[in-house]
Amino acid sequence: MNLFDFSDYAELLPLVTNSLIAGALLAVVGGLIGIFVNNRDMSFAVHGISELSFAGAAIALLVGADVVLGSVFGSLVAAGIIGVLGSRARERNSIVAVLMPAGLGLGILALSLYQGRAANKFGLLTGQIVAVDNPQLVWLGAISVAIIVVLLLIWRPLNFASLDPEVAAARGVPTRALSFLFMLLLGLAVAASVQVVGALLVLSLLVTPAAAALRVSASTVWVPLLSVGFALVAVLGGILLAVGAGLPISPYVTTISFLIYGVCRVVERLRARRSTAARAVAA
Amino acid sequence: MTKPVLEIKGGSLSFGERRLWSGLDIEVQPHEFIAIIGSNGSGKSTLLKAILGQVPLDAGSVKVLGRSVRNKRGQRGNRRIGYIPQNRAMDAGLPLRGRDLLHLGLDGHEFGLPHLPFSRHTRDHKRRVDAMIEAIGAAAFAHKTVGTLSGGELQRLRVGQAVIGAPRLILADEPLSALDPQQQKTIADLLDRERREHDSAVLFVTHDVNPVLDYVDRVLYLANGRFSIGTPDEVLRSEVLSELYGTPVDVVRNQGRIVVIGTHEHDHHPDEEWS
Repeated sequence: MNLFDFSDYAELLPLVTNSLIAGALLAVVGGLIGIFVNNRDMSFAVHGISELSFAGAAIALLVGADVVLGSVFGSLVAAGIIGVLGSRARERNSIVAVLMPAGLGLGILALSLYQGRAANKFGLLTGQIVAVDNPQLVWLGAISVAIIVVLLLIWRPLNFASLDPEVAAARGVPTRALSFLFMLLLGLAVAASVQVVGALLVLSLLVTPAAAALRVSASTVWVPLLSVGFALVAVLGGILLAVGAGLPISPYVTTISFLIYGVCRVVERLRARRSTAARAVAA
Repeated sequence: MTKPVLEIKGGSLSFGERRLWSGLDIEVQPHEFIAIIGSNGSGKSTLLKAILGQVPLDAGSVKVLGRSVRNKRGQRGNRRIGYIPQNRAMDAGLPLRGRDLLHLGLDGHEFGLPHLPFSRHTRDHKRRVDAMIEAIGAAAFAHKTVGTLSGGELQRLRVGQAVIGAPRLILADEPLSALDPQQQKTIADLLDRERREHDSAVLFVTHDVNPVLDYVDRVLYLANGRFSIGTPDEVLRSEVLSELYGTPVDVVRNQGRIVVIGTHEHDHHPDEEWS
């Protein structure tokens, strides 16, 4: 079994056009919302939400309901609980740590009771290539576009509230309402991402690309561009590589994401060394 | 009669058992420069927090530009307030450059699609941010991230952030504390110019009035759960402050500077005698 196999590529490629489109949309969503996930210290919360999203999807699969709807429901419940109860980072982390195994347990129960195809089960956790059918693509497209539009409309106040909350509140920025809205968007983004990369690896879309971009830039223009760019390379690259080998896409996506992050850290280190050297020469 | 920028009626606040101030009545008009003075623990910063709506009063009301500063849900905030918080370092890893802080002060509160990098709007904002960077003397460090800045550098950026949005009320919490005398003069001049040329008022919390003595219209002096409001000449007098503190306090004027002696902040030699 080859990890990199392009023998039947020409025939296989058309099968994944839906996944490529879905993947591209989710990469844009993940790249953009990931910036706020990083700045608001929400990485662990994202993982917690994805576990409950998985539980919702698994239960939906078991009862024959729409899987995307199930995952959205699970996501929003988790996002709502974390949003309402966990305004401070430490409290939030405990709440997430409590919710996660509960959600995972329910999901595992639902999967073990499910009599259908094993591929469906596995796919919820790790993502599948040919999982995105046309109705699903429409859903994912609609959710993604909605998230992107709302995020752009609240971008500046959300940024202000995330980076400088005290002065933002003094200015009349509705920090609490924005927190709530952000959790809603995050819940939707996780639910959508679970479809393509699976619940276990949502972080590689929603956290890693933005984290990598933030290592090499603090610019309000470059961070979003780099973050989305890295996410696109990871997702599209992952799908295109996985298609030949017939394996789940998520290992490819996560590895590419990880490598990009590693390169960014090296770049950051080199830059820091160069500027201290320059300062030493100037002194 | 112009509408007051700030109106406090019958304001009372206690910190647990200790009363900070009560029965506080004050109206601040546009163009006024008011110094809020008092020793540590006298309730100066808490007064600012009450004006910001962060802290509810035990009694009385606070209105900024005619609107109450709190609603059912808590702090209301106001687009027209420029707040300069007490000097505090910012997180080392925060992806926020000095100039970004100024941009936040300009349009950070605005909803709506961000403007494209090369649009006229963006270029106009960039020009205004550059101008403010010059005015506060931040050209050397405005490109650095806020976590890497010194106290004085960050403090000047905070002043710029508050002022760039053309606020009607500037709330400054010890904004000169980390600055050297030259920088203090630059920033004090900036605040004074801002309130003269625009319809704004300045509330300047400090424990030392001297750097802004030339600009101050009125002083609000807080001490010992009591307060006194008036011009510097009316309030900064030995009798007035002795009455407030309940112990002998001397106010000495020398070469245009005012020194308050006898409050608990200063050490006395037991042989000293003040008439």
